[in-house]
Parts: sequence; C-alpha cells; structure tokens
Amino acid sequence: MTEERVPDVKSTRFRMIDYALIAMMILPILACIVLKVYFNALYTLQDLSIAEGVHISGAMVFAEFKAPVMNAYISESQVNSWAVMISILGLCLYLTHGLTAKAVCKRQLAAEWIVEKSEKLVRDNMGGFFREWGPFITAIMALSAFSSLICLLGLFSPTGDVNVTFGWAILVFFLIMHYKFRGGLWNYFIGLFKPIPVFMPMNLIGEFATPVSMAFRHYGNILSGAVISALIGSALTELSNSLLGWLPGVLGDIPLLRVGLPAILSIYFDVFSGVMQAFIFAMLTMLNVAGAVPWDDWNKRRERRGKKAIAAN
Amino acid sequence: MGNDMLYLAKGIMLGLLGLGAGCAMIAGIGPGIGEGNAVAKACEAIGRQPECKSDVTSTMIMGCAIAETTGLYGLIVAILLIFVAPGMFNVILEGK
Repeated sequence: MTEERVPDVKSTRFRMIDYALIAMMILPILACIVLKVYFNALYTLQDLSIAEGVHISGAMVFAEFKAPVMNAYISESQVNSWAVMISILGLCLYLTHGLTAKAVCKRQLAAEWIVEKSEKLVRDNMGGFFREWGPFITAIMALSAFSSLICLLGLFSPTGDVNVTFGWAILVFFLIMHYKFRGGLWNYFIGLFKPIPVFMPMNLIGEFATPVSMAFRHYGNILSGAVISALIGSALTELSNSLLGWLPGVLGDIPLLRVGLPAILSIYFDVFSGVMQAFIFAMLTMLNVAGAVPWDDWNKRRERRGKKAIAAN
Repeated sequence: MGNDMLYLAKGIMLGLLGLGAGCAMIAGIGPGIGEGNAVAKACEAIGRQPECKSDVTSTMIMGCAIAETTGLYGLIVAILLIFVAPGMFNVILEGK
C-alpha cells in the first residue's frame, strides 16, 4: 500500500486554487447583477413609463436571434441559471479540493455530510436498484434551491420562469418513460386500457399530467412569492409617501416603511418556499421514477431472455 | 369604431378580466381545507406515536405540496388573466 500524498494546506499554490474557486462561485452572480443593472438602465432610458407604479414583469430579454420557426431569445432566466450552474460547480470543486483519507480540511466534512445524506435519501425513497442516483437527485435539488435563493440578491430567479421548470419536468418525464418501457412496449400499451378500456383517455392524460403538475407547482410557488413581495413593496411605498411625505428634503422621498416587513415576509416566500419546492421536486422525481418500473413484466421478460439464451447455447 | 368606444371596450374588458382573476382564486379554498385536514391528522399521529415524528412530517409535507397543486392551477389562471390577457386584447382591438 502506497503512502497517501497529503496536500500542504498552507502552501501558496493550494491557497491560490482556493481563491480561484471562490472567485468561480462569486463572479458569475456578480456578472448577472451587472447585466441586470445595465439592461434595466437601457430599458428605463427607452421608456420612462416603466419606472412608475407597480412593475411586475417576467424575465428580461437580453438578445434576440432570427430563427426559422420562431425567434430565439437569450433571456434573463437562461443567463441566471447558467450562472447558478457555474457557481454550484465552483462550490463542488471547492468542497472537494484537497480530499484526503484523514480529512485535513474542515470542508471535507461538509462534502461528506452532503454525500451521505443524499445517498441515504435516495436509498430510503428509491430502493437498492436506484442506489446510484444520488448525484442526479442532489444536482436537481441544488440547482432548484440555489435558483430560487438567487432572488435574495435582487436577481430574477430562473424557477419563476415556466420554461425552466418545464425543461426539468420534461427531463424527468423522459426518465419515467424510459423505466415504464422496460416492461415491454406492448405491456405498457395494454396497461393503458386497464382496468377497463373506457379509462384509456384518463390514463393517457395521467401520463402527461405528471410533468405538467411538477412544472406548474414549482413555478407557481416561486412566482406567487415574487408577485406578493412586489405588491407589498409597492403598497408600503405608497403608504410611506402619504404618511411620511411631510418630512423635509430627501427624507420624505425615502420609503421608510419599506424597511423590515418585506424582509420578514421574504423568509417565508423566498427562503422557505424555495428550499421546500426544491425538496419536493427532488422527492417527486424519486417517487415517480422509482414507481414507474414494472417489476413483474420486466422480470418475466428477463426470464424469457435467459431461457432463450440457454436454448441457443 | 370611435376612440371613446375603444376606451370603453378596453375598460370593460380589463374589469371583466379582474373579476375573472378573482373568481379563479376561489380555487384557493379547497387546498386550504385539505392542507388543514392533513396537518391536523399529522398532529394526531405524532401525538399518538411521537417516535415517528420525522416520517410523519416528511410525508405530510409531500401531501401538502401535492394538495397545493390545484390551488396553484387557479393562481396560474389568475396570473394569465391579469398579465397576459390584456396584451392579447390590445392586439385584437388595435390590430397591432
């Protein structure tokens, strides 16, 4: 057995890589903020009416391309979700930097905790057959949670855009279908007509309802939080303008009543709701995929194949 | 159609859209009752068997999230009526 090479934690090279990884976590988010400020200024210069009244809008469109069927857009939600992905990649690399058997760095303990918890969650909910799904489920959960939490920095959260959550739900739909077809296409087709043939349309709708309800659940929760936050913010601004407008100078223009209450509400609407929806999305993915495998049909198919292989030999 | 009539039509349409959005949010009653029932039963279960608290809590949260979906469908219809439909009516009325 060879001696393990322990990295020198205090060396300049180790520290420089650490700083680079931390920059990899922070810089994409900063770039998003800069982009948002720039485009906000651009739109406000073009159309002054945006700045007045309650302003609730979807994702801003950064660029538009000509494409055959319909124009292709690069929107804020795409840019933000890519930034979140790069940040999560940086976080993973930072947590796993300098892994050793004896845990020289404290961050290794955090990484091990995450891996252990996610594998336990997957094992408990999906069973032994899907024990290698830990990374995928953790990736979905982390991406969803950090995408929702990004709105704490004033950015548009990508999960508040129905296209993003629909993309994830379609991915899950393909996974479910992949495992449903394991029992054979014909058996799946027959299964649609059970218990009686009249149920076929309802069964067919039920197949497509899973991804649609997953996408709308996540999107609706995040968007409703954002809309309510915006409404309460504007209402408090109006209230403080009418109540405290008599204060002299600049003091009268600052919406003083807006301090405090929106932050307390955002603990529920942004933090709790966002993290909870991430957990629920991952949980539903696990349950739907694990529940989709037709074990009886699949085992029969495998037995038949085994017999054929033995007969051929 | 004159300009005044156009404004009148727009006003009626916006008002009806607001009413429709409010009616769509009646869907919020169902999930409220359902989730209340779920949480009450979960409390009972925890009171009877305090050692299963974590299992009961996670199952309850899953059930609540699924029961919430119907209310969220109503919310999405309301949001579409408020934010998306006026733009479509503008397109129809002004031919832009």
